[in-house]
Amino acid sequence: MAEELEMYKLKARDLSLFYGTKQALKDVTISIPPNSVTAFIGPSGCGKSTFLRCFNRMNDLIPGVKITGEVMIDNVDIYNDTIDVYAYRKNIGMVFQKPNPFPKTIFENVAFGLRINGETSKSIIQEAVENALHHAALWDEVKDNLHKSALALSGGQQQRLCIARAIAIRPSVLLMDEPASALDPISTAKIEELIHQLKKDFTIVIVTHNMQQAARISDKTAFFYLGELIEYDFTDKIFTNPSKTSTQNYITGRFG
Amino acid sequence: MNRKKRISANTKDKIFNIFAMLCTAFVLLILVILFADILIKGLGRVNWSFIVNLPSRHPEQSGIFTALAGMFSLLLFTILIALPIGILAAIYLQEYAANNRLAKVVEINISNLAGVPSIIYGILGLTLFVRTAGLGNSILAASLTLALLIMPVIIVATREAIKAVPDSLREASYGMGATRWQTVSRVVLPASFGGILTGIILSVSRAIGETAPLIVVGALAYVPFIPEGPMDQFTSLPIQIYNWTSRPQQGFVTNAAAGIIILLLFTFLLNGIAIYLRNKWYKKTTS
Repeated sequence: MAEELEMYKLKARDLSLFYGTKQALKDVTISIPPNSVTAFIGPSGCGKSTFLRCFNRMNDLIPGVKITGEVMIDNVDIYNDTIDVYAYRKNIGMVFQKPNPFPKTIFENVAFGLRINGETSKSIIQEAVENALHHAALWDEVKDNLHKSALALSGGQQQRLCIARAIAIRPSVLLMDEPASALDPISTAKIEELIHQLKKDFTIVIVTHNMQQAARISDKTAFFYLGELIEYDFTDKIFTNPSKTSTQNYITGRFG
Repeated sequence: MNRKKRISANTKDKIFNIFAMLCTAFVLLILVILFADILIKGLGRVNWSFIVNLPSRHPEQSGIFTALAGMFSLLLFTILIALPIGILAAIYLQEYAANNRLAKVVEINISNLAGVPSIIYGILGLTLFVRTAGLGNSILAASLTLALLIMPVIIVATREAIKAVPDSLREASYGMGATRWQTVSRVVLPASFGGILTGIILSVSRAIGETAPLIVVGALAYVPFIPEGPMDQFTSLPIQIYNWTSRPQQGFVTNAAAGIIILLLFTFLLNGIAIYLRNKWYKKTTS
């Protein structure tokens, strides 16, 4: 038991989610190890993004959503009534499908998380912003333009800025919802390289439509279909020798 | 038989083009005639002493100083009252209130309020502020009335501006652990500031020109002093103009034309600022 407590960063047990009467997730159970990259794959509408958003309770924002089961981070149930959801989300960074920098300067985008935490020390903010931008492999490209609008950056740069913004407050988990799907191949390669680097410090969960991408960057892969977790295993195994036929069919492109 | 149908799409296109141009020209023509008429009548009268003189029985000594002072006092108090309430109401309706049937009813009725004739607001102000609240024919009573008048416009404009902020920005903010108020104050409002400001300026430029409700709540026609506090009696530029146009002497009609020129200048100035801000903000948030 003690061993299990240490082994997993994120866990879901019998998690079901309903949009009104429509069930989007069916009894999903999964355990995600720390400092790893886990990819969620599956056809559109299979619930993988919805599931990702259970880990930082972003589904709370949608009216009519009902959730049963448990989601645990570091063995604390995050749907417990005593959880302060705002404080909790600070421990979980999120990167979205479309780059969504704030219409502020590059510096202020990265400083956002610190500022909402009430940090006022200029030197601390300055240092955290620099660190985050280094970490997100963006520093060299923007160091002379920190006070220019983030909207002037290219799409790939904007997405790395969003990663820098997310990691500036040092969360332990990074959720990525198709972070490269709106980017060109070169920017995508940079993001993938970055994910590889970030694994050292964060537990990363990434939703992707791109199966080559899942195979390249992830340690473990979970295949979702119609709201169910069909198969979850090491990425090598999923892509070379899946145990379920529907996984086999999906990764070989027979449907989806 | 077939000949009629032979009018080619190209010709139809041209005919419509000409028709649309004529319509535009007609509207512009009316505008030009109005301007020309006012300018010919009043431009000679616009000078510094016209602006700084107090009203007088003699048209050539008469000025609009008290009317201007009254107008600015009115605007000041109207903005102070309508702005915070209007903007906060819009934020509440757009970001906090549940999205249910009641919210829709409220939304429709606010839009309806924006279309209510201003004289109705005047009568409401007369009953509510002048009589019931006992404020008398004061600047405060008139400002409260004008504030009611422009509040729906401010609420609608602010909501539109807030609605235009993409949800992806709200998600980014919530994803960082921001609370609802932090999201509203640090992300939504800054991103919609240009739109909100434009709405405010346009509503203020509407308030500037309002005459009917001011007459009803008791703006005076002849005020030989400038107001010193919110409880003072007052006149305003549109009232002064209205008063002058009804006088028989030609000199006062000239004064009215000159007053209109000044009033139009303010309205154009405000609208110009609104357009400038909108363009500037549009560039800033989309480039």
